Amino acid sequence: MRIELEKRARVSTLFSILSPLLALALTLVFGAIMFWLLGKNPLNALYVYFVEPLLEVWSLHELAIKAAPLILIGVGLAVCYRSNNWNIGAEGQFTIGAITGSILPVLYPDWHSPMILPLMLIMGMVGGALYAGIPALLKTRFNTNEILTSLMLVYIAQLYLDWLVRGLWRDPQGYNFPQTKSFQVEAVLPEILSSGRAHWAFVFAIIAAVALWFMMRFMLKGFEVSVLGQSERAGRFAGFSARRMVWFSMLLSGALAGLAGISEVSGSIGHVQPTISPGYGFTAIIVAFLGRLNPLGIIASGLVLALTYLGGEAAQLSIGISDKVSRVFQGLLLFFVLSCDTLIHYRIRLIVAGTKPVEVKA
Amino acid sequence: MFEAILLTVITASTPLVIASLGELVTERAGVLNLGVEGMMIMGAVCAFAAAQLTGSPHLGILAGILGGAIFSLLFGFLTLTLVANQVATGLALTILGLGLSGQIGEAFVGQPGVKLPPIVIPLLSDIPFVGRVLFSQDLTFYLSIALVIGINWFLFRSRTGLKIRAIGDSHASAHALGINVIRTRYLAVMFGGACAGLAGAQLSLVYTPQWVENMSAGRGWIALALVVFASWRPWRVLAGGYLFGAVGVGQLHAQAFGVGLPSQLLSALPYAATIVVLIIISHNRRTTLINTPASLGKPFVPDR
Repeated sequence: MRIELEKRARVSTLFSILSPLLALALTLVFGAIMFWLLGKNPLNALYVYFVEPLLEVWSLHELAIKAAPLILIGVGLAVCYRSNNWNIGAEGQFTIGAITGSILPVLYPDWHSPMILPLMLIMGMVGGALYAGIPALLKTRFNTNEILTSLMLVYIAQLYLDWLVRGLWRDPQGYNFPQTKSFQVEAVLPEILSSGRAHWAFVFAIIAAVALWFMMRFMLKGFEVSVLGQSERAGRFAGFSARRMVWFSMLLSGALAGLAGISEVSGSIGHVQPTISPGYGFTAIIVAFLGRLNPLGIIASGLVLALTYLGGEAAQLSIGISDKVSRVFQGLLLFFVLSCDTLIHYRIRLIVAGTKPVEVKA
Repeated sequence: MFEAILLTVITASTPLVIASLGELVTERAGVLNLGVEGMMIMGAVCAFAAAQLTGSPHLGILAGILGGAIFSLLFGFLTLTLVANQVATGLALTILGLGLSGQIGEAFVGQPGVKLPPIVIPLLSDIPFVGRVLFSQDLTFYLSIALVIGINWFLFRSRTGLKIRAIGDSHASAHALGINVIRTRYLAVMFGGACAGLAGAQLSLVYTPQWVENMSAGRGWIALALVVFASWRPWRVLAGGYLFGAVGVGQLHAQAFGVGLPSQLLSALPYAATIVVLIIISHNRRTTLINTPASLGKPFVPDR
């Protein structure tokens, strides 16, 4: 028995919509099997994991808090990947954005001006963009593979943050804990509603997603991204510069990751500490693909992956499943998304030796 | 003292050499598998678990190799059969590997491991200076050297090696010549997985015989960079692997002696070195183009 692919005459609209849903369904099935193997009641575990967090107001707020960085980073990465630039160092840009954005509240804790918050957000974006500018510079100037350089920079950024909060930036009154002073009230990103903790980062995420959706759909720049991503040669004939696109996509995704970083520190944590992210920058890669690299799709997929974080915490507390399960879920999900995407461009035939081809999927 | 440093350099370099050799063969066949980190950590956890449950570190090594190879099949199925994007699938393999290994290894956290015993080669190990360093090592070191020699011969002197390189340079021509591109690529991917798994087994049975989550710590990514550094040639992988191993060990010794630099700066050195090396190797566009397998990372659907 073997599997053969046959190119579809045109991209299947049906499977474009169905494929992420199919991937989600398959992940749930495999998740149930995994819970069963761990000796838990699979239905109960799935309920705790994916339904319970949606039933309470406070946990909906938590969902928005976790979805915000995922969406912000994810939409930036989507533009990158569409243009065939493989920035996988968003975690590092997130970290550097958090650091540069925190300079003002850490160094000037007594500055009580309403100006501080906008300045922090801008500095966070600039920091993230500059950090993503390093792989962009290396790629355009030295032809260096951006996948490897952007990833190496993640480790360097995390070590730099660690050094800062254990040394220069440590709060002298902090009982030797490796963290900075808590930010002044003016430097904390405010909550959106009075009913819970969700802060403005979620609004930024929605604005960024809608803006990039508009760009990709209706603006020349969006067309440029797609053309250069699919064929650099074709792009050159149209007068587009692949080199400038490297800069554009990397700086854009870096700035959004930086914004996510400073928003997380300012809105959710309130000070800087050695660990500020449960791997948002890497999970956002899954978010981007599950959203089929479409900014509006990414809003939905960001919420789904935020749910895996929340569900992981809930499951750890109530049924004693390790929170590592979340990462397994996330990895499985990306696998199923990538395999189901094949159905969009190809028909799949199962061929059993000696018999006529069997059409599996229309 | 000097001998002791040399021994740690060898232990630190061996996993890098083994994992990059595997990836080298995979990439020579035209497949870019970015999941080395994931396959490595899966190899590490499988090896540790098997050694712990059976008490035999050698069965552990075997389990590491098998674990890496089986895990790489997942990548093979997606990219070769379903022609999914290789970059994205490689990332998926790494994310899944890190999660799955954490889940499997949870039961083993904090347990003292079984160390793979050294094999002392009689006579040769009595040679002054080099004898003890080179001839009383553990199995993985000998395997790494054998792999360098074997792969160099295999790729450039054997018929199958020629086929693999042909596929990597032009899968369409190779297909037209009647070579089974997909099957060969499956085998190359699995070989890469087996090597990454062996490298992981070395980490959890030799380098630090215990299970620590994320213990591969980016070595899989450094191995990927090494392949580029080596311009897809086995001997240069050996040289590069030892260069990186030495940087890593050097920074550890510097931390131990307290050279007055922050430990974080020293820990960042291997990653910074990777970037510098990539710049030096890649800046000449033409030589890069000549060395890189031409169909690396490109999807292939056989026309029938």
